[in-house]
Amino acid sequence: MTDTIETPTAPTKSRFTKFWDSDFAWSFRHSPVALIASLVVLILLLAAVFAPVIAPYNPFDPASLNLMNGFTPPGTPNAFTQETFFLGTDDQGRDVFSTILYGMRISLFVGVSAVMLALIIGVILGLVAAYFGGWVETLIMRIADVQLTFPAILVAMLIFGIAKGVTPPEYRNEMAIYVLIIAIALSDWVQFARVVRGAALVEKNKEYVQAARLIGRGPIPIMFRHILPNVLSPVLVIATISLALAIIAEATLSFLGVGAPPTQPSLGTLIRIGQGFLFSGEWWILFFPACTLLALALSVNLLGDWLRDALNPKLR
Amino acid sequence: MFAYIVRRMLQSVIVLLVVGLVAFSMFRFVGDPIDNMLGQERTQADIDRLRAELGLDQPFPVQYYKFLKNAVQGNFGVSYRQGRPVSTIIAERAPATLELAFVSGFLAITMGIALGVFTAIRRQGIAANVIMTVSLIGVSLPTFLIGILLIYIFSVELDLLPSFGRGETVMIGNWSTGFLTTSGLKALILPAITLGLYQMTLIMRLVRSEMLEVLRADYVRFARARGLSDRVINFRHALKNTMVPVITITGLQLGSIIAFAIITETVFQWPGVGLLFINAIQFVDIPVMAAYLMLISVMFVSINLIVDLLYYAIDPRLRVDARAT
Amino acid sequence: MSLLTINDLTVEFPTRRQLFTAVDHVDLSVEPGEIHGLVGESGAGKSTIGAAIMGLLDRPGRIASGTIKLSGDQISGLDAVAMRGLRGKKISMIFQDPLTSLNPLFTVREQLTETIQAHLGGTDAEANQRARDLIDRVGIPDPDTRLDQYPHQFSGGMRQRVVIALALCTEPDVIIADEPTTALDVSVQAQILDLIKELALERQVGVILITHDMGVIADTTDKVTVMYAGKVVETGPTSQVMGKPTHEYTKSLIAAVPRPTLKLHRFPQISYGGRETRFAIDDMARHWPKVDNDTSKPVFEIRNLTKKFLQRKGLLPWDRTYFTAVDDVSFDIRAGEVFGVVGESGSGKSTIARMIAGLYPVDGGTITFEGQVVSDLTNRAALDAYRKNIQMIFQDPYSSLNPRMRVDDIVAEPIRHHKLMEGSDIKRRVNELLDQVGLGHEAGLKYPHEFSGGQRQRISIARALATQPRFLICDEPTSALDVSIQAQILNILKDLQEHLGLTLLFISHDLPVVRQMCDRVAVMKQGKVVELQETNELFANPQTEYASELLRLMPKLDDLSTDGLEAEI
Repeated sequence: MTDTIETPTAPTKSRFTKFWDSDFAWSFRHSPVALIASLVVLILLLAAVFAPVIAPYNPFDPASLNLMNGFTPPGTPNAFTQETFFLGTDDQGRDVFSTILYGMRISLFVGVSAVMLALIIGVILGLVAAYFGGWVETLIMRIADVQLTFPAILVAMLIFGIAKGVTPPEYRNEMAIYVLIIAIALSDWVQFARVVRGAALVEKNKEYVQAARLIGRGPIPIMFRHILPNVLSPVLVIATISLALAIIAEATLSFLGVGAPPTQPSLGTLIRIGQGFLFSGEWWILFFPACTLLALALSVNLLGDWLRDALNPKLR
Repeated sequence: MFAYIVRRMLQSVIVLLVVGLVAFSMFRFVGDPIDNMLGQERTQADIDRLRAELGLDQPFPVQYYKFLKNAVQGNFGVSYRQGRPVSTIIAERAPATLELAFVSGFLAITMGIALGVFTAIRRQGIAANVIMTVSLIGVSLPTFLIGILLIYIFSVELDLLPSFGRGETVMIGNWSTGFLTTSGLKALILPAITLGLYQMTLIMRLVRSEMLEVLRADYVRFARARGLSDRVINFRHALKNTMVPVITITGLQLGSIIAFAIITETVFQWPGVGLLFINAIQFVDIPVMAAYLMLISVMFVSINLIVDLLYYAIDPRLRVDARAT
Repeated sequence: MSLLTINDLTVEFPTRRQLFTAVDHVDLSVEPGEIHGLVGESGAGKSTIGAAIMGLLDRPGRIASGTIKLSGDQISGLDAVAMRGLRGKKISMIFQDPLTSLNPLFTVREQLTETIQAHLGGTDAEANQRARDLIDRVGIPDPDTRLDQYPHQFSGGMRQRVVIALALCTEPDVIIADEPTTALDVSVQAQILDLIKELALERQVGVILITHDMGVIADTTDKVTVMYAGKVVETGPTSQVMGKPTHEYTKSLIAAVPRPTLKLHRFPQISYGGRETRFAIDDMARHWPKVDNDTSKPVFEIRNLTKKFLQRKGLLPWDRTYFTAVDDVSFDIRAGEVFGVVGESGSGKSTIARMIAGLYPVDGGTITFEGQVVSDLTNRAALDAYRKNIQMIFQDPYSSLNPRMRVDDIVAEPIRHHKLMEGSDIKRRVNELLDQVGLGHEAGLKYPHEFSGGQRQRISIARALATQPRFLICDEPTSALDVSIQAQILNILKDLQEHLGLTLLFISHDLPVVRQMCDRVAVMKQGKVVELQETNELFANPQTEYASELLRLMPKLDDLSTDGLEAEI
């Protein structure tokens, strides 16, 4: 559309103005879903990070616990101690609101770390596979294919099971969180590798990569300086969606009892504990952690969904 | 054609060998089998005897070969925890999981494809947008929460359906089925919905995005320019092209139904292999874990093989490539 | 009464920033049996007119005013069902890319009979008979076998014939052909255009032929409408508009078309619609290291060059099949000349360029640069020294610049890599280069997507000149550009050769462009050089049958006005 006239160059705008004026930022500002979802994510994220400051009690400090406070319904004073808890207490007398804040901390820590790890592994392997081709590519992608045949959650369980077998029992609880991160990351890298490889194969054949090779640039600068920045937008989408999946996977594993230990309960562990009290009427012990988990996963998913549409203009 | 199938089969066998190696390595290196099988009072003689008995003194490849030979014959050793042959335990549990997986897989595929096509065609419609939003909640809701929610509504509050177990079962040969009794069928409803719902939303979203992609293709524009009706364009031209990628992913999803059955079985205390597996993990019962791993790999690999053949039937481009070989 | 009449048509695309008027008060009419050309550069709105007639405007485009009438009945603004009845039956369309216009999963027979029955009804046997007749008519041999094949089993030209058969299925009154031959080779292009001409006459169909190619217009159409920025600037019988253009834009457009029969010294400056961006060759020449081109000595000696590509992978060596892209090719490139390589797609011309550039390893033969064999260099330092002297200008201005890098970083990359300068000198040099190619140094702070195709090609040139190379490889440097921009870029390349003493390897499929640019030309076919000649000699006296066939199929452009062109003596 602009090819017919060689227009004189317009004055350069500042980076921020450019970004604010870009289609991407514009569609963000005009999407209520994206705005609300990112607001929820932001609030939950801050609440998790500042849990020790916000939480009225430290649920893991045995000294602050009073068994008499057990099973206090939300918002009503306890029959014995007359203490009131915003979201009630569990069987141990722990404040549910505080346990949720601390649980979310674990859930988010595991989720974010696992996605970061998966992203690093996946992006590097995907780039290497696409750039070098040949047997390196065959090997990496075959492993990815085989692993993709196995559902991520199963792979994570297996890795957890094996890790449990090789770690001495006394360290199992301490190691559990890290094992969980590695298990989820190793089950998730395939997504990144496949997407990055696919996008990088397209970029690799573009002429700007040939131009860089012609200049004499080596494989590493070409991969990371030239190709990587051009495949980041699908990676960003996958990372967001993976974060939701990782949070759910962590919750699921913890719910099954093969994740976060009871000493460091995540949202999944809290739901597992709460499930036992559902039939006896203490619904709040399950309900509030479940709602938090849903809010977290849903808003991250909504954000990912919006991001995919926004970064892929032809979908609109 | 023949070469194509042979090549695929060969790849499948390689996959199985690799999985076998993983399973075997678990046996060999995760925990000490001797530790697991002998009590605290053991002598060096006992250890040596058992080591020779289990063949642990032989070189690694020989051990692997023996493991594979046994695995092919369905012999995975004895469960550390139950003390019974693993193959017997799995044979008892398998029908429960397979029946559950079959019903929910059927639900997920039919409903998923139908809703996916609907939401793609009526992209701007209100119904389609509502379905898409609800599906996002579906994707964000972990399977176990769906299960708990259903139990709470239909078992606790309404008291309509059982909250755990398979109900009454009938033995047909070695197969215990819940399809033939009312209580068996009633018990199946909640777990099947729980297991199928998540897969359904995934399949639906996938079908939708693939179909939208196809609807933007040049040949669809050309079909439109030739004045073909929307029905022909959507259901003949677009749907068939959509099916190519959808079949692959659906195949993978079917595999994950088996895996997600673990969660559903835990929530509903459904006596299948999934529940067995999760217990095995908690007690580090390696023979059961290894057997489960091998079993589902065989299933996944067969599903993949079938998917490849379907692919081949749908896409003429593959057929020609294969003929050229 | 005309077959198709367009009156005062305006098509708008509302975007969030502004209302974009793609078609601006256009009038147009087509008679039965007439081929009406619609010509203009990209963004002129010609394809939008086609889509508006078909009722297939992409969202959010809309017809803002005006009417479209077919045989006197208004068809603009009809509802979807009525429009579908017209599409395919009364009006058909042929798209640009035959590779993607056919559904890959259905046989040709299925796609034809389905369309026939959708509009004409009838039994399967009747539809099949009609499908067979059509396939026969569009010149596809062995129709009975071909009907039951899938699209991927046809070559590009054959596919476009199938597309034409599909468009003809139901005896339409009007066919809209949107760049129907742009994706095809010259030889196939001529056949398809002949077929369209024949069919228009034989069936009295009105054809709207949308194209950017003046050669296609001159050879094929009866009437022509020239468009610029959504407006009609000139319309009339083809010979009149091409031979005696009256509007300034038409004049400048025609003047920019390379002629096969006339070698120009420079293309005339295009002055319409925008400022011609200055290319400061004198400034550049002042800073350029003095080169003494000994024209008798070859810069490059290419001997028995061969390249094979793996066609089918196989674990075992005898399972693999290879495709020989370049087959035992030998030639010399003399210092200071422009050496052309011409051929159709798949003839191996780009592969040769990439081997010389060191992007592909050679499978046989040698490349010698100034007496040193460079085809087997593995030593990093020696390779870098070679690369400093060799640069390349690529075909696609949209993909040859990294979209995530700022322009100054793009131009500075070769300087930094070869460590030619340091610190603020780099910045100064980059600014100088950007000024010299006519973009101004403030362009350095922007990203490639902020520039047009022609401007991007200038950035490419700035990058290529950054190391002050001796030899420039141009791989179809203008085939993605509009004709007026092409003229500017070709002028620049001529300047580089003349004033800086650069030697150029010029790869192209476009014979008139080759004629304008090259001193000597190698004609390639299926990986082999079939003829190597002085350019003038080749165009006057082709020695091989293949070369004369290529020249025969080339659009003649004899009718085009030659006002303002100065021939090179």
